[in-house]
Amino acid sequence: MTREEIIRPENKVYSRPRLIDDNYMHYCPGCSHGVVHKLVAEVIDELGLEDKAIGIAPVGCSVFAYNYIDCDWIEAAHGRAPALATAASRLNPQNVVFTYQGDGDLAAIGTAETIHACTRGENIVMILINNGIYGMTGGQMSPCTILGAKTATSPYGRRTDLNGFPLKVSNVVALLDGTCYVTRQAVHTVQAVRKAKAAIKKAFLNAIAKKGTSFVEVVSTCSSGWKMTPEKANKWMEENMFANYPLGDIKDTSAGLEEKTVEVKKS
Amino acid sequence: MKDNVKLMKGNEAIAMAAIRYGCDGYFGYPITPQSEVLETLEAEMPWETTGMVVLQAESELASINMVYGGAATGKAVMTSSSSPGVSLMQEGISYLAASELPALIVNVMRGGPGLGTIHPSQSDYFQATKGGGHGDYHLIVLAPSTVQEMADFVALGFDLAFKYRTPSMILADGVVGQMMEKVVLPEQRPRRTEEEIHLQCPWAVTGKHKGRDKRNIVTSLELDSAIMEKNNERFQRTYREIEKNEVRYEARYIDDAEYLIVAFGSIARICMKAIEDARKEGIKVGIIRPITLWPFPYEAIRKAAANVKGILCVELNAGQMIEDVRLAVSDSVPVTHYGRMGGIVPNPQEILDALRRDFIDKPANAQEETK
Amino acid sequence: MPKIHGAVTIEKERCKGCDLCVVACPCDVLSLQPKEVNDRGYHFAYPANEDACIGCAACAMVCPDACIEVYRVVVK
Repeated sequence: MTREEIIRPENKVYSRPRLIDDNYMHYCPGCSHGVVHKLVAEVIDELGLEDKAIGIAPVGCSVFAYNYIDCDWIEAAHGRAPALATAASRLNPQNVVFTYQGDGDLAAIGTAETIHACTRGENIVMILINNGIYGMTGGQMSPCTILGAKTATSPYGRRTDLNGFPLKVSNVVALLDGTCYVTRQAVHTVQAVRKAKAAIKKAFLNAIAKKGTSFVEVVSTCSSGWKMTPEKANKWMEENMFANYPLGDIKDTSAGLEEKTVEVKKS
Repeated sequence: MKDNVKLMKGNEAIAMAAIRYGCDGYFGYPITPQSEVLETLEAEMPWETTGMVVLQAESELASINMVYGGAATGKAVMTSSSSPGVSLMQEGISYLAASELPALIVNVMRGGPGLGTIHPSQSDYFQATKGGGHGDYHLIVLAPSTVQEMADFVALGFDLAFKYRTPSMILADGVVGQMMEKVVLPEQRPRRTEEEIHLQCPWAVTGKHKGRDKRNIVTSLELDSAIMEKNNERFQRTYREIEKNEVRYEARYIDDAEYLIVAFGSIARICMKAIEDARKEGIKVGIIRPITLWPFPYEAIRKAAANVKGILCVELNAGQMIEDVRLAVSDSVPVTHYGRMGGIVPNPQEILDALRRDFIDKPANAQEETK
Repeated sequence: MPKIHGAVTIEKERCKGCDLCVVACPCDVLSLQPKEVNDRGYHFAYPANEDACIGCAACAMVCPDACIEVYRVVVK
């Protein structure tokens, strides 16, 4: 068959997500943010939430998430996304509110807001992009930087005597009674992308069904900050990050919720 | 009408007025001397009646950012705190102003700096009227001196905030917050419907398709300096409009006044007593009580100053509003300050003594030195 | 035995040449342009060996910039 015979609308098996905007993303080549943005856009589209979703953008690399995913957005102050989401969600129970934060935003300056939104069981989706570094400000150590990792503020590698231990924030929020679903995912392979999307979808379904807080950590790369090619960054993540941040569900009390039981009205 | 007359604390009046205004959400954190606002709301359970959301947050940082999140969805939302808590909120207040969001913030001031005291003060005047957080912005600042005004300024504060799309602040103090007075509460208004919000707040983040084809984004971020300057120019135009339209003050005894007192909030009432005492002795004193601290009643003070020999600013602080009073009159009249700090509230006699010391008992040529 | 024919389109101006699609492709279809660059200076990806494509969409799924669309025909 010729290329022209294959490339026809009826043969299309993968499209650019409808709710991903035309804007070029400002992320560095190979950044995990782009993949997770696509998954969030696909899930919002597939669940018919285009007119109901409210995203809360963080401060950090994904500060401009609102330029890429086509739904309503509020840009939060550094670390405060869960507080904004709490109010937006309580005042607008007909909407579905999600936060999208990096590990510096969520697990350092915003730790209190994170923990309290989770323990109150706000009916929101929280997405954490954990690449163990502050990307936007130039690759400084974050609370989730693993031991030994070199960053701009731990140039000889993170040491416990100087910097303490990496914060496993998903394990922390899994202990809180307000969370219904806590999972740790990645997007470095096709299989991982499929699983991550299923996790994000489950989280949104939980929010629609008002089951409590769903927390999806995506262990991610920062090839610029780690000073590696995207391919090497994926390998380094597999070999080093996953030992500290093993993938899989950490908590799931939302089981049994089927997509078909949820009424999603399209406008 | 009679049924609506109640005896209550200023803080309680704020809470009751918020419910009756049709406020959509209150987010707060306990701090003396304003905790009764949150306590009253929790006891009233307005979520059962009007549907108002009330939430005790984990910190003032969280409360102001909840206000930010709620305001971005077009809802009428508020918080209250006292001085140290309001200091913590400054980042969020700056974001509210920069994102052009309406919201109401109540500061029942206590003495500072630092943890300071739980007793009344007016030492957050600079913080409230000159910006407070980072960047070029103003809040509309209302200064109640009675429990009735505590109740009335909730509606006024919200209405102005929505009219100009800018946060407003009720700058009260521990005296007005804690004292009990007779108050007539406003009639219950319904909360705005979703349709009304879409109509009045087309910018609100409510979900993408609600009679609009583009998504709404509430953000204060703009990396293009040329656009950021335009944004700032737009904010400044709004502030000039507010200065033109919204100056409020109370003037009494100024027609024949030889001396003028300028005071706001609770201390203005003590000044009224001092003025009445002075007039019994034949000393003609008048008062201007700024109700909006920003925009400040410069023009009213300038006019009232034309025929007086001196102006005494009485404040529960080391002298903050006096700077605006001096700006109002330039060097045309001597302006002095009398204030107590650390939570002390002066009595009328002290104020009268200060007036005598600064102006009446002083030879005219010595008055210059007091400036 | 049905035969699978696949093809990909790559929006070259959107591509940042991160190479993740090249790594993800099980059939070694994709390469980065060795010399040519797009308007933003990236060596963009292209189907160098397009006859080998089975339309599995692995490249598109791992593409952070959503530049790849995938087509597939199964001939029985």
